Amino acid sequence: MAKLTLPAAELMYSGHAACPGCGAALSMRLLLKGLGPRTIMAIPACCWTVIATPYPTTALGVGVLDNPIEATGASISGLRAAADALGYKDLNIVGFAGDGGTADIGLQALSGMLERRTNAIFVMYDNEGYMNTGIQRSGATPQGAWTTTTPVGPRTHGKIEAKKEIMGIVLAHNPVYAATLNPSFPEDFERKVEKARNLEGPRFFHVFAPCPPGWKFSSEETIALGRLATDSGVFPLYEVENGVYRITRKGGALKPVKEYVEAQGRFRHFTPADEESLQEQVRAGWERLVRLEAETRPNPVAPVATGAPRPIPVPPT
Amino acid sequence: MSRIVISGNYAQSYAALLARVDVVSAYPITPQTSTVEKLADFVASGKLTAQYIKVESEHSALQVCVSASALGARTYTATSSQGLLLMHELLHWASGLRAPIIMGVVNRAVAPPWNIGADHTDTISQRDTGWIQFYAESNQEVLDTVLMAFRLAEDPEVRLPVMVTEDAFYLSHTVEPVDVPEQREVDLFLPHRDARAVLVPGVPSRVGSFTGPDHYVEFRRELARATDRVIPTLLKVEEEYGRITHRYHGGPLTTYRVEDADAVLLTMGTAATTARSVVDEMRAEGRKVGLAKLRLFRPFPTDLVRRLASDVDRLGVMDRSFTFGAQGPVETEVAAALYPTPHRPALSGYFAGIGGRDVTPGEVRRMFEALLHGTPTENRWIDLEEQEARAHG
Repeated sequence: MAKLTLPAAELMYSGHAACPGCGAALSMRLLLKGLGPRTIMAIPACCWTVIATPYPTTALGVGVLDNPIEATGASISGLRAAADALGYKDLNIVGFAGDGGTADIGLQALSGMLERRTNAIFVMYDNEGYMNTGIQRSGATPQGAWTTTTPVGPRTHGKIEAKKEIMGIVLAHNPVYAATLNPSFPEDFERKVEKARNLEGPRFFHVFAPCPPGWKFSSEETIALGRLATDSGVFPLYEVENGVYRITRKGGALKPVKEYVEAQGRFRHFTPADEESLQEQVRAGWERLVRLEAETRPNPVAPVATGAPRPIPVPPT
Repeated sequence: MSRIVISGNYAQSYAALLARVDVVSAYPITPQTSTVEKLADFVASGKLTAQYIKVESEHSALQVCVSASALGARTYTATSSQGLLLMHELLHWASGLRAPIIMGVVNRAVAPPWNIGADHTDTISQRDTGWIQFYAESNQEVLDTVLMAFRLAEDPEVRLPVMVTEDAFYLSHTVEPVDVPEQREVDLFLPHRDARAVLVPGVPSRVGSFTGPDHYVEFRRELARATDRVIPTLLKVEEEYGRITHRYHGGPLTTYRVEDADAVLLTMGTAATTARSVVDEMRAEGRKVGLAKLRLFRPFPTDLVRRLASDVDRLGVMDRSFTFGAQGPVETEVAAALYPTPHRPALSGYFAGIGGRDVTPGEVRRMFEALLHGTPTENRWIDLEEQEARAHG
């Protein structure tokens, strides 16, 4: 087995206030390992407001600015403007926001930041709901999932609507780099951070952040669940650099989503039909991704010649 | 010094230019636009070396300024009316983070119905956000006040954001001769920002953070103390500005012919110019009237208002905005200031100049006549009374 190669330096300290097994905490740790201490980070209202610990302490070894939940895109534009005006070089400007603060209430400021070509990294850690306020649905909550505002009862069956496609929205702005990251795959995670760090212009990370209390799974299962998410195609790992798609993990045939669904209490009410519907969505999403990778390949040769897309699993019936 | 003929909006732009702001961020709204257009020209021509961040909303404009300020930059923005209302949440952030942002605000009515005329409702309704608020009477006062605002805001004793307001169209789009100080004079008066308690690259720290009741109260008390230091600091700043430019605007509250006056009318903004001419007219008729002009609404110059009132028997307050279900906002402040004093003049409140309605000499005279002859009244809609009087000849 290959040895894990991650930067040794820690910029997230022990004593933080995250729940055990928090995917957002692990993501921050990995992110800062890759970015290093020359980083200024804007954090809106989200779980990380609390995880970073209250005044006068901090769990982070970088400069942090708090901003309201909807304003992170503008906040990092302001930080970069000041850095440029004051002549600060080699400074990573990063926004670190939850899915609500990115894809829902934060979408306008994110769009503005991308359109202005702000030289900064916007990170959305996706725990698929308003978890800091106690597990309410967000636009990023998957279809069918239980939350406190999408309860399961005789007349309701979890979230009605599909998960908002943040990567599609971001990519419509033509960022220099956008990628999906999953802390269950730390080397892939670090490679993407490293790559983004050395680029200039607007960059975006969609980070998978399993939430044990929100998704109803046991806190020691975070890494395994994250691996399942990617290996089943629920959260595929890929990157888009200047419009070119590249899938960064292709581990053979996709696992059925069944295992991923059954591992979480938020899907406990799922019927076989629900599972089939999710499987179909995942299959379509994966096929689309494989197609985009082939279509945007910079040196167009027959897809077969450079490695055929791996077979699409037949959803269990 | 050079004398140029410019609008109040351009006076804002020239002041920001002379202040050598590091970061400008703005979103266009009538009637503020010419301020931010002029700043764009300054940046385009190379006169101003600043990062100019064109944003997708006023909310983001102020967030850009707040974040840039948190890294130590000198920042400027401008807005009006609905734009200011959209900024409301960020106004609290700016003062809470002790960000010395300067914002030009063109006072404009609030919708609905849509109306772009002068009205103070927009800034008055931001009274409790922790911002220092100046109201200007002339374009010269706009330019001078913006320059002084930077010094005041960045003073280590203060570190608070400031809005400098101007009445829509009466100042924003009306040109007047304005004396513009030389850059070297301004540089002496306003050196680079001495940024304190800001983020420093490479140094772990957190600006904002969160607290329970154990520290929150202390943060608020620090904010209150800084606000208490505004007026004494302003007096020093004005004195120094006066030494350089030979112009003095008289501190938070100025008066005109109030000695021996039987009645004094207190106003803010451009209505003071009209009121001053009416005072002269009425004085010529042997009527003892005077004028008080409030330049600083927040923090409220309680002591100065008390001193003014100690020699006056009848005091009227003209509000260019109104508050639902209470007296006029400025009148309320005056009443609150005077309540603990032994000598309380008869106090009357008037609404005038709402939604761009002209405050005519006739309206001002109507207020003085009411003060001199009537019993104290509240909430009189002078615009409507005057209209009715004219209709019935």
